[in-house]
Amino acid sequence: MKTGAAILIESLKDEGVDIIFGYPGGSVLPIYDELYDANLKHILVRHEQAAVHAADGYARASGRVGVCLSTSGPGACNLVSGIATANMDSVPVVALTGQVPTGMLGNDAFQESDITGITLPVTKHNYLVKDTREIKRIVKSAFFIAGTGRKGPVLIDLPKDVLTEQIDPAEILSADCELRGYKPTLKGHSKQIKKALELISEAKKPVIYAGGGIIAADASEELVKFAELFCLPVTTTLMGLGALPADHPLNLGMLGMHGTEYANYAITECDLLIAVGARFDDRVTGNISKFASNAKVIHIDIDPAEIGKNINPDVPIVGDAKSVLSDMTDMAKINGCFCEPWIEQVKSWRENHPLMLVNDGRLHPQYVIRKLSEILNGGGIIVSEVGQNQMWAAQHYGFKQPRQWITSGGLGTMGFGFPAAMGAWFAKPEETVVVIAGDGSFQMNIQELGTVAQYDIPVKIVILNNMYLGMVRQWQELFYDRRYSYTELPSVDFVGIAKAYGIEGMRVESTDRVEEALRTAISYDGPYLLDFRIEREENVFPMVPAGAAISEMIGKHNPNGGNEI
Amino acid sequence: MKQHIMSVLVENRSGVLARVSGLFSRRGFNIESLAVGTCEEPDMSRITIVVIGDDMHIEQVKKQLNKLIDVIKITDITEKEHVERELALIKVHAESGSPRSEVMQIAGIFRAKIIDVGVKTLVLEITGDSEKISAIETLLKPYGILELVRTGSVALQRGSGSGTIRT
Repeated sequence: MKTGAAILIESLKDEGVDIIFGYPGGSVLPIYDELYDANLKHILVRHEQAAVHAADGYARASGRVGVCLSTSGPGACNLVSGIATANMDSVPVVALTGQVPTGMLGNDAFQESDITGITLPVTKHNYLVKDTREIKRIVKSAFFIAGTGRKGPVLIDLPKDVLTEQIDPAEILSADCELRGYKPTLKGHSKQIKKALELISEAKKPVIYAGGGIIAADASEELVKFAELFCLPVTTTLMGLGALPADHPLNLGMLGMHGTEYANYAITECDLLIAVGARFDDRVTGNISKFASNAKVIHIDIDPAEIGKNINPDVPIVGDAKSVLSDMTDMAKINGCFCEPWIEQVKSWRENHPLMLVNDGRLHPQYVIRKLSEILNGGGIIVSEVGQNQMWAAQHYGFKQPRQWITSGGLGTMGFGFPAAMGAWFAKPEETVVVIAGDGSFQMNIQELGTVAQYDIPVKIVILNNMYLGMVRQWQELFYDRRYSYTELPSVDFVGIAKAYGIEGMRVESTDRVEEALRTAISYDGPYLLDFRIEREENVFPMVPAGAAISEMIGKHNPNGGNEI
Repeated sequence: MKQHIMSVLVENRSGVLARVSGLFSRRGFNIESLAVGTCEEPDMSRITIVVIGDDMHIEQVKKQLNKLIDVIKITDITEKEHVERELALIKVHAESGSPRSEVMQIAGIFRAKIIDVGVKTLVLEITGDSEKISAIETLLKPYGILELVRTGSVALQRGSGSGTIRT
């Protein structure tokens, strides 16, 4: 005889799960009892939200499905913003939640919450298991759904009696089952691909707009090959950074609200836009009617619902980015640089409008990011929080590879970065993992210093501390007449807090100490916290104001130093 | 803006209706009517949804519905030859004498059945497309409609065209 909990652990192992991030509680006691000697690594976090972010970070760094576990009621509810984060960024996560026994469902029992109801709009799919015999089948389906097609989170809600019930293993339902309502299209339609290739051969000013779909599909090699074949300039979204090396001659960096000037100019002037694994998000497009308004559009996406959602493409191609890009490369009859003048134009924009770096001796965050990149030689895994810290890291780090940049893009979840960095390290323990944080977002999951200390997770914490909720303050400065309403934070002794957890740290207040501090942290054997006291009112520039066209940036490059506003 | 009738084949599982209706409210799609029940396959249900929108909007409705794991197949039968029926029960004020005979006449014209006779009321059962039901409703209004319930449209494709998949 086997308990439901034992079947669950077996099923997880069958899926190749090697680590679970979780937090115990009453209704998951049967699972924890199995975990006690299950030979399956479990990381005890300090808050369930960190468990799901860590599973998410693990998934983004490794490309595998991340797993988290919480108890019913408050435990499950604490997962919600993390599940929504994974859903918005299409990250494969399986969230396991405890539930009150089936007989008490709907009874407002102690620690009961309708978590399948609550997470309905923020999961790719979810299950409430009512029969122990079904556990194996549901786990298999959940992993399949989470990790295929447009990836995403799947939640499995497990009532306590389903976990404790003992059944004869012969009764377990076979895991092989067809999901007749779920058939993702991976291969692009060859007729559509031919049409797309025709448009490319006719274009004079083409641009590729590559998104997170490239990373999710592990399609960066195919992207580089395809772009090089036709000499197509590439701009990536926040989620697509690392899809091709930052120093690649065709790379225009990030586009959109805090994109580079040259990427935004290229989009505005182009006559053919090739969107791959991107979804025309408002932070990318600005005023959508002025976004690539003179261009024909090819839209390649694995999710048919993304095509035609925000813009109507001339050539839609539903399929996996890796498969479609490689087919396009194979089917191309012509190749070579047939739009030299355009490439020259883009190059001149890039040379004349670079990202600004002020060199006035004061401690600027951009300098910290660039120094970090220099020391790590553009390598490592960089995990950001959300806000100014995220944009500075995105703009200035210079990513070389996919899965090297982990950030909450769609939902913009403050508190994501630190726990996600823990998860990323478990996925790639050989890498240097750095979390770039603001003093605001770091304090949203600061309790995870406990987890980092307990398991000696050697993440390097870089706090760009301006004693403000910086991005909101920036908007208040620019659009609300400098009325800093509830965005100022008092100084916190982060090094002291780290020390209390047994973690080393250092405060850095001047530019000349940045390099030494970063080197100390990186070479230190274990976690390390750096509290950089940066220019308090530093802004992220360039910036497209909300509702403006992306060519209408403020804070553009000024050759005389400083930014023009 | 055009009215579309969608026939949606779904897994016959608890929570499916919540997934479908939740999707409509979350994405701001308006449902004109929705009818759900079992169908020819014992483990599936068929939902008939009537929704109004422009082409881009309707396309999104279909695509978003298709993303639900429990949705097996969607057929927009508006574009195809189809039959559509709705059933309504109407309790109408009809005192004995001339109002009552007039209501009975209207029922006769519309081929509605009288399924309950009270001292001052009649209950009519009528089937037809939505316009027919709206028409009898308009005619009965002057007599005083006390209660009315409509099932929402159900529809099938004519001939051998089918929204079923065989697995």
